Amino acid sequence: MASDVTIASPPDAARNPRGVGARRVPSPRALIGFIIPLTFAVAYEAAFRAGLVEARLLPPPSRVLKTLADLAASGELFAHARATLLRVAAGFALGGAAAILVGAATGSSAFARRLLDPTLQALRAVPSLAWVPLFIMWFGIFEESKVALIAVGVFFPVYLGVMGAIASVDRKIVEVGRVFRLSRVAMARRILLPAITPDVVIALRSGLGLGFMFVVAAELMGASEGLGYLLLDGQQLGKADQIVAALIAFAVLGKICDGLFAAAARPLLRWQDSFARVSAEGEG
Amino acid sequence: MLRLADLGKTYPNGVEALAHVSLDIPQGEIVAFVGGSGCGKTTMLRLIAGLESPTSGRIELDGETLAGPHPSVGVVFQEPRLLPWLTVAQNIGFGLGGLAKAEREQRVEEALLRVGLAGYGDRWPRELSGGQAQRVAIVRALVARPKVLLLDEPFSALDAFTRASLHEHLLGLWEANKPTLLIVTHDVDEAATLADRVIVLQPKPGRIFAEPALGLTRPRDKVGHEFADAKRRILAALDGSLQATPAAGKTPEIAGAWW
Repeated sequence: MASDVTIASPPDAARNPRGVGARRVPSPRALIGFIIPLTFAVAYEAAFRAGLVEARLLPPPSRVLKTLADLAASGELFAHARATLLRVAAGFALGGAAAILVGAATGSSAFARRLLDPTLQALRAVPSLAWVPLFIMWFGIFEESKVALIAVGVFFPVYLGVMGAIASVDRKIVEVGRVFRLSRVAMARRILLPAITPDVVIALRSGLGLGFMFVVAAELMGASEGLGYLLLDGQQLGKADQIVAALIAFAVLGKICDGLFAAAARPLLRWQDSFARVSAEGEG
Repeated sequence: MLRLADLGKTYPNGVEALAHVSLDIPQGEIVAFVGGSGCGKTTMLRLIAGLESPTSGRIELDGETLAGPHPSVGVVFQEPRLLPWLTVAQNIGFGLGGLAKAEREQRVEEALLRVGLAGYGDRWPRELSGGQAQRVAIVRALVARPKVLLLDEPFSALDAFTRASLHEHLLGLWEANKPTLLIVTHDVDEAATLADRVIVLQPKPGRIFAEPALGLTRPRDKVGHEFADAKRRILAALDGSLQATPAAGKTPEIAGAWW
């Protein structure tokens, strides 16, 4: 007999280990993090005004801000940031796409894994920067070699993330698909793809962080524009304020890109308990 | 009619999980399989579900030999196994891809109503309690209107109150279309509450040991002495199944308590 009485059962907390600490709205407590940098900035500015420190090696915040404002006003900042962003975007797209394709192959097929993974792991052991001489010989000193270096830097973390995500899809969930007689394609689309999405998003975000790391390396090795060029130029001309301004621009740009990527991925991960959990990942 | 004909399963590592199981189950019957660990209960369900293939014997449903998962056979696992990225309604409709949208939505709505979860369609699985999630898993298997529903210790992770309420829900759902239910359970009380027939299995290799008579009518009177007698007969058969296995080495008094 069907009963309308529903006995409330206790919430099953063990199923949601990610639910702990899920908080979307930043609380005033999050502002605690600003205390140290702001205190330092104010103290340093005051020390500079009082003539206690010399500004040549570490310029005071006011001068850095002025440099930033000048660079922005002249349009230079925008041009450099644009050049850097385009390089990161191209390298990230190439490296990320290749990593997803290869990672999907090695993650889902034991044969592909045996065939490809040893070679890729061996290549991974080569520090990415060590490719630079070869890339310059192959692609020249302009954009191509820089994009290639960024793509290589992005490739490996994303590849590992995607392969690991597919290999670790819960067998129990796959069995549900089998019980409902899903075809191979339907299994991939309806079970595997959604199951790996959170891990792939994390892998791509750490890949994006590495993309910014390698764009600096690429631009330091010779470029006529880009935030890395701004760094190098500041060093050669002894303009510490320009170096710090470029560092700040990098930080802001990296944070914005990561934030945009996370926001774009959020609709795909609505079902997860917490997005805050993964937002600490990133610049690796 | 579900027919198991001399069914056997030996794993590649040599473990004989199931041997010579033959059983005829008329359509609409509720059968509970009980037995100590290693008696092949779960293996048997996985064979019928088509998740594993038998090494000997056959499974027939209304004369058709089953090879692999079949649309007429639904499965409820020990855990709800809901897909966390789908809403409750989408989970229930997961196996209804072949139906028109309107028909699918109507069946999902009906199903939610029937298990007391009306209005929960838009929730995520993580927002459900364990008992609610298992109710969703049961209707997910039932909305496709299978002839046979397999349940592998479906309530073992739930507390006693939730379990009792789910027994009611399950029987209510069963009355609507009368599918054949095969339930694997550790719980003698559960077997006596739900089943028309109780089959006691014996381990090493897994095989049928006994089918104690229940002598019960529906709805079950769980406080009456008939119910207590039926439970006692199941327990006695279980004790017998373990004594007949020297490897188990348990005394009868303890044996009643340890599965």
